[in-house]
Amino acid sequence: MAGWASNNKYSLLGAMRSGAQIVSYELSAGLSIITIVILTGSLQVSEIIAAQQTGWWIFKGHIPVLISFVIFIIAVTAETNRAPFDLAEAESELTAGFHTEYSGMKFALFFLAEYVNIFVVCAIGATLFLGGWMPFHIGSWESFNHIMDYIPSSVWFFGKTFFLIFVIMWFRWTFPRLRIDQLLNLEWKYLLPICMFNLILVTLMAIMCWHF
Amino acid sequence: MFEEVASTEQGDLVINIGPQHPATHGVLHLVITLNGETVKKVEPHLGYIHRSIEKMCESLSYRQFIYVTSRMDYLSSHINNHGCAMLVEKALQIEIPSRAQYIRVIMDELTRLASHQLWWGAMAMDIGALTPFFLAFREREMITDIMEETCGARLTMNYMVPGGIMYDIHPDFCKKVKEFIKHFRSKIDEYDELLTGNIIFQNRMKGIGILSKEDAISYGCSGPTARASGVSCDVRKIYPYEIYDQLKFDEVLATEGDSFARYQVRLVEMHQSMNIIEQLIDNIPEGEIQAKTKAVLKLPKGEFYTRIETARGEFGIYIVSEGGTTPYRIKFRSPGFSNLSALDHIVRGHKIGDMVAIMGTLDLVIPDIDR
Repeated sequence: MAGWASNNKYSLLGAMRSGAQIVSYELSAGLSIITIVILTGSLQVSEIIAAQQTGWWIFKGHIPVLISFVIFIIAVTAETNRAPFDLAEAESELTAGFHTEYSGMKFALFFLAEYVNIFVVCAIGATLFLGGWMPFHIGSWESFNHIMDYIPSSVWFFGKTFFLIFVIMWFRWTFPRLRIDQLLNLEWKYLLPICMFNLILVTLMAIMCWHF
Repeated sequence: MFEEVASTEQGDLVINIGPQHPATHGVLHLVITLNGETVKKVEPHLGYIHRSIEKMCESLSYRQFIYVTSRMDYLSSHINNHGCAMLVEKALQIEIPSRAQYIRVIMDELTRLASHQLWWGAMAMDIGALTPFFLAFREREMITDIMEETCGARLTMNYMVPGGIMYDIHPDFCKKVKEFIKHFRSKIDEYDELLTGNIIFQNRMKGIGILSKEDAISYGCSGPTARASGVSCDVRKIYPYEIYDQLKFDEVLATEGDSFARYQVRLVEMHQSMNIIEQLIDNIPEGEIQAKTKAVLKLPKGEFYTRIETARGEFGIYIVSEGGTTPYRIKFRSPGFSNLSALDHIVRGHKIGDMVAIMGTLDLVIPDIDR
């Protein structure tokens, strides 16, 4: 919207790219969240975390949850317009994409929104896959588990969130940018079918109670 | 060569890339016609950094005009200076001492290395990778330090004079160059690890922007751009100057002609440049650094042409002399101009993101195109 409104051709291209990108990757992100919802049987965040009392989903959910975690990270990176999926603002192609014409406080608001977005999706990722505020426990190592329990839950939660933010920033400084058709191919030809198949696996797993 | 010009239909988007745009690395202005994301036509508009260097040279003496050429292709300023100095020497039949020849070649190759390093970083930035830019500048810094010590400048060196070089090398020069080569050999592997093997990078590069051998010749492309299409055009091999005929090095050729081939050719060229420097650095002969020349140089009446291999391709200097102290007419053949002319042909039908990547692999320096 902002890209269209600023009546600039770069912004228009950026906005169109951003539209195509968000519509596509929303699906993968949503489907990978659903896997966890199926396993927990609830959409309530507190219940999802409570279900991870005995172990984070990423550990006790076997390979399917691991797959959906990877897909989730890829999809949210794309959705928050971070490199290597930063096509909407592709600096070297579209100068700054949809916010080319914005400067000063308006630009700052866009950027603030972008980083808040990253924080939010990482917090969701930490909640769903990394056990929210649950400490890290290893099976029967009683003393180790006790030490972990002493670390406040807020530290755990923010620690996990910041770890995910770090991972997303790590992508940015490592990878070159994809091209728009490669980006859409990745989503529709690979991630989405994998997601669907994964969903079936997880459903089976939930019915048979195969997880720990 | 005379293709049908794609007409602008309704619904096409005409975009001005430049004159101020992060992808053009200078003040190049491209008017591109887009159909959605697909490029239909690219029209380069020049003239934003025209300083009429050729005209300026006509009022400068044969000792002075050499240094204006540093401001053309500023990344291979040394090689430009070298070419001009060679032309004056050829016209006046000056034999230059072998020490000067050795130092000139070492400096040329260092310049080529520095230029390719900068290209590597800038090209990676064009396709959206940030770290390579910093890595490339980290290593380039060592070369500019070496240059600064010996030539007194980091970018526009002004080290060549007709008849040799301006002053002798710094006592630390050989040691530092050897250190640099040892250091850079390990770092260039890091370049490969970071970028060459990356799957995203390969997908962005392979099969993109194919320039066939015939087209490369007919557009007059030269340097790594043409060599990636299989055109053997290395002036150092075909018309050897200074001591290049005594050196062991390979002309790097590829046949694919795509962006990845251009990338690979430049990377291998960096290795070749290091080989050349290693052959020379221990054997710099003692002796004079300048041949004895008259204080005021006068070229005999006639026409003169020299060519030299810069980091971007063949740089030609053409001078018409009336026998006076200044050239009557001077014309430069800059490699970037011809390489840019092929852009429209190879970009058509690709996405806008590819256009930026292709421009990156053509290694354009705008002041070189627009003299």
